[in-house]
Amino acid sequence: MISGYLITVLITILIYAMLAHSLNIITGHAGQISLGHAAFFGIGAYISALLYTEAGFPFWISIPLATLGAGIVGALLGIPCLRVRDDFLAITTMGINFVVEAIFLYIPFFGGAMGIGGINLPKWFGREMSKPEYFILILFIFILLLLLDRRMGRSWIGLAWASIREDEQAAGSMGVDVVRFKVLAFVLGSAIAGLAGGFYAHFLTFIMPQNFGFGQSIVILCMVVFGGIGTRWGPIVGAVFLGILPEISRPIMEYRILIYGVLLLAMMRFQPGGLLGRESVLSRSFRRYVHPSSGLE
Amino acid sequence: MLLLDVRALSKEFDGLRALDGVSFAAEGGEILGIIGPNGAGKTTLFNLISGIYPPSGGEIDFQGRSILRLKTHQISRLGIGRTFQIVRPFQNLDVETNVLVAFGHRFYPSLWKSTGPYRRPEILKEVQKLIEKTGLRPYAKQISKNLPLGFKKRLEIARALALRPHLLLLDEPSAGLRFEESVQLMDLIRQVRDQGIAVLLIEHNMQVVMDLCKRIVVLDHGSKIAEGSPEAIRSNPQVIQAYLGKEG
Repeated sequence: MISGYLITVLITILIYAMLAHSLNIITGHAGQISLGHAAFFGIGAYISALLYTEAGFPFWISIPLATLGAGIVGALLGIPCLRVRDDFLAITTMGINFVVEAIFLYIPFFGGAMGIGGINLPKWFGREMSKPEYFILILFIFILLLLLDRRMGRSWIGLAWASIREDEQAAGSMGVDVVRFKVLAFVLGSAIAGLAGGFYAHFLTFIMPQNFGFGQSIVILCMVVFGGIGTRWGPIVGAVFLGILPEISRPIMEYRILIYGVLLLAMMRFQPGGLLGRESVLSRSFRRYVHPSSGLE
Repeated sequence: MLLLDVRALSKEFDGLRALDGVSFAAEGGEILGIIGPNGAGKTTLFNLISGIYPPSGGEIDFQGRSILRLKTHQISRLGIGRTFQIVRPFQNLDVETNVLVAFGHRFYPSLWKSTGPYRRPEILKEVQKLIEKTGLRPYAKQISKNLPLGFKKRLEIARALALRPHLLLLDEPSAGLRFEESVQLMDLIRQVRDQGIAVLLIEHNMQVVMDLCKRIVVLDHGSKIAEGSPEAIRSNPQVIQAYLGKEG
């Protein structure tokens, strides 16, 4: 039998992997920097928590609504934000994160600093789901998302995102509706972050505004950059690696943010594409020894 | 009906008149040269036609319809392709994928159609044809940032042609090229014209312009100072003055 501690760590890492994957759609695929991704994680968590505790909706309904809600907020915020230039976008998304956290903190409806408690693991077959079952449920959904991501990458949408990432003005001159495709990436990324938030709320059983602050956004961004921005597996590898790290030893847990920061700087200096980036030591040796002839894909 | 009809087009940047009441027209199957000293407003003119920024005044009609309020992507979908003075291929994509991006202009308007896979045999066949025609065959699978300049310029033309344009805006295609490279590029531009595509050509190399264009528009300090055949332009005193300065 898997220990309770292990399954808790596994679920946490899985949720982080989903978050990193969702940010990767915005920042990796479409090339739009976001420093406020935790806001949408929080919006999903709060929607699903409130629907469950206040409106009495079951998990199976609150989770899709949390996804939808975070996606809609993503659209409303994304449409004005994505018209601004890159550097403004970084500041704007950061601002969104602070505002959303403050709303959770200061509006009594959202539970204030105490947050919201009394959320439970979902029920099925007339009983509460066990943690290993919950893990498998999230894993199953995540695999579906990754399959969808692969399909998107091979579609005109993926191609439009790649062109926007490379050069917005040239993309526009090739018939790519730049704003629309940017908003699409932002909405998808926000919705999946909202989904992860819903899973998180029902797993932790209580949520607080601090879980969704700017620091959290940076942690998610670190995972994406560390593993390999724009690659399909990089953000997951980043989430697993940076997720396990603090569990290995207490000191690392206490200096978590410091260590993440140093790692991020080191990556930027020595492997800017991330662990699985195209030009990284790992990818190059993989190509050399395993796939001597192939280039990409 | 004129293919492109530009009337009294103006553009101001923070009080600076980059373009001041320029009018001209272009027909299908002709190469219209646009020349003028540095800072004359040539690239600004292209950026206005392709919708990079809106004009401060004037009219632009394309196929009898005003394109003044259209965005860049809408204008390119109507069939106005362009290249850039400083080349901007999608650096980290290979040549084939660069061209594919432009082929997507038929799919991007519908979100549903955009979810379809882009590597389809019938489209790849068209891409191959274009790559062949623009002489990019040996580089098809190369990441475009590794291409020599001349081939980056060809790639930009290939991309623009993938839009199935009626009008092509070429911004200094021969700049920075060796003599033989630019001769080959001129051949390509002639072929494009022979398909019935109108070409607006910004060019500093006078030999190239005089060779390719039946008609030339001369800009200086944002205004049109002359229009006519290469012979007429060559002997126009105002043009000579703009290029060489006042005598005495």
